[in-house]
Amino acid sequence: MAEHTNLRVEGLDAWYGEAQVLRDVSIDVEPGEVVTLVGRNGAGKTTLLRSIMGLHRQTKGEMSFGGTALGRTSPDKRAKLGIGWVPDDRGIYATLSVLENLTLPPVVDKDASWSLDQIFEHFPVLHTRRDFPGTKLSGGEQQMLAMARPLRMGSSLLLLDEPSEGLAPVIVQQIGEIIREIKSRGVSVLLVEQNVKFASTVADRHYLLAQGRVVESLGNEEFQSRTTELLEYLGM
Amino acid sequence: MGSFIQYTLQGLAAGGFYALAALGLAVIFGVMGVVNFSHGAMYMLGAVASAVLLKELGVGFWGAIVLVPILLFLFGVLIERTLVRWLLALDPLYNFLLTFGLTLIIVDLVKKKYGVSGLPYELPAGLDGRLAIGGVSLSKYQLFAAVFSVLMCLLVWLLLTKTRIGMIVRAATEDSERSRALGINVGMWVTPVFGFGIALAGLAGVLASPFRAITADMGTNFIIILFAVVVIGGLGSILGAVMAGFLVGLVEAYGQAYAPAFAQVLIFVLMAAVILIRPSGLFGREEVS
Repeated sequence: MAEHTNLRVEGLDAWYGEAQVLRDVSIDVEPGEVVTLVGRNGAGKTTLLRSIMGLHRQTKGEMSFGGTALGRTSPDKRAKLGIGWVPDDRGIYATLSVLENLTLPPVVDKDASWSLDQIFEHFPVLHTRRDFPGTKLSGGEQQMLAMARPLRMGSSLLLLDEPSEGLAPVIVQQIGEIIREIKSRGVSVLLVEQNVKFASTVADRHYLLAQGRVVESLGNEEFQSRTTELLEYLGM
Repeated sequence: MGSFIQYTLQGLAAGGFYALAALGLAVIFGVMGVVNFSHGAMYMLGAVASAVLLKELGVGFWGAIVLVPILLFLFGVLIERTLVRWLLALDPLYNFLLTFGLTLIIVDLVKKKYGVSGLPYELPAGLDGRLAIGGVSLSKYQLFAAVFSVLMCLLVWLLLTKTRIGMIVRAATEDSERSRALGINVGMWVTPVFGFGIALAGLAGVLASPFRAITADMGTNFIIILFAVVVIGGLGSILGAVMAGFLVGLVEAYGQAYAPAFAQVLIFVLMAAVILIRPSGLFGREEVS
């Protein structure tokens, strides 16, 4: 099943009205790979994730997932193909309990789907709070829930938008461990991250984005050795 | 004391119409982002339909309470499929204007067919007359209307909180874009939700028919109060719509009893006070920036 999980984006342009925010972006994510998008605010990272999910529609270019061309496919169909959505605001439903938040999305791949027991084993806090309304969770707990949701669906690619934002170092470390666990199961992750130090502890490869363009693509070792120079170049 | 209880019952009965109709408005707004201006006209159609069913076909109140919501559900589905759906992708203002235009058309068509004077309606057998409870004389019909609306609201509440369909509707009400990104085909629920919302407005109309004047214009004032109800309860809050519906009904009834000149004004004073203290309404969530 591993060969089904790769994402390919080719020559993607995106606009908000008249303003072009992505220019000729080409990236790919191989099965079981953790790839980050690094760039300052406004570089187009979130727009790229939203375009892949099908939420941002003002785009031109080619996208395919697991060999299936995405074209104008609706977001819910993309989710059913195995693209898992973890937005930067975590996207927890306030009117739904923790358990309902987990079970609301459909299971898209029975074999890859984590059972509730598995989820609770890896995220014990979600078990203790299963009947709490979504908003009564702390920021870290909300992030755990947001990441557990696509795992329960059985998504084969997670679009993770700034999971470490605003969280205590110990929680960020936990999230890092979860990402490694996800990866070890052959699930790929496309990670938007401002916390470059964190990104370099989990990622295999990095794409550097500036003003809507991919300006560099490099492996994690090179990224680590040139971090200071690269960040200066990006103005971060 | 006796008259106070009578006014309270009257308020709860009227509040029941507001609560049911506002519930429909809130679900439609939540799932579709459509502010349905025609909700008052649908309420009027519910009342007119029950009067016509009685006069033309001899179908009484109990038949109407089942039939009319079904008819309005179908009418809602028709309108959603043929008109509302095509404007969903555009600015919400377009559907607001569309439903406003629909209101004018529906009201004038009803005027043309049935005139401007009220249509007659009779209280259903068994619900006419009064009931003396502990020395307080209460209208049987108002008692029924209050209890029935509370039960209906509870039923809808159970549907929304205890079933998977309800969970999906709540999720889509809260954030329909996010729900799509999580694999839920929100579009599939849009048509039945619109029909359901319209059916609730129609049900409120049936309930109102035995004790309100049934005219083509009865929805005009109703929709304005309904918007006040939704603002007081909190836009997009289902619980808020129900609670504010009963609250506004009570305020209106007490106003009519103790300060008749200010009865209508009081509702809007209440609305202004709520907006000042809690801009997002009694049960609304603060805007997340």
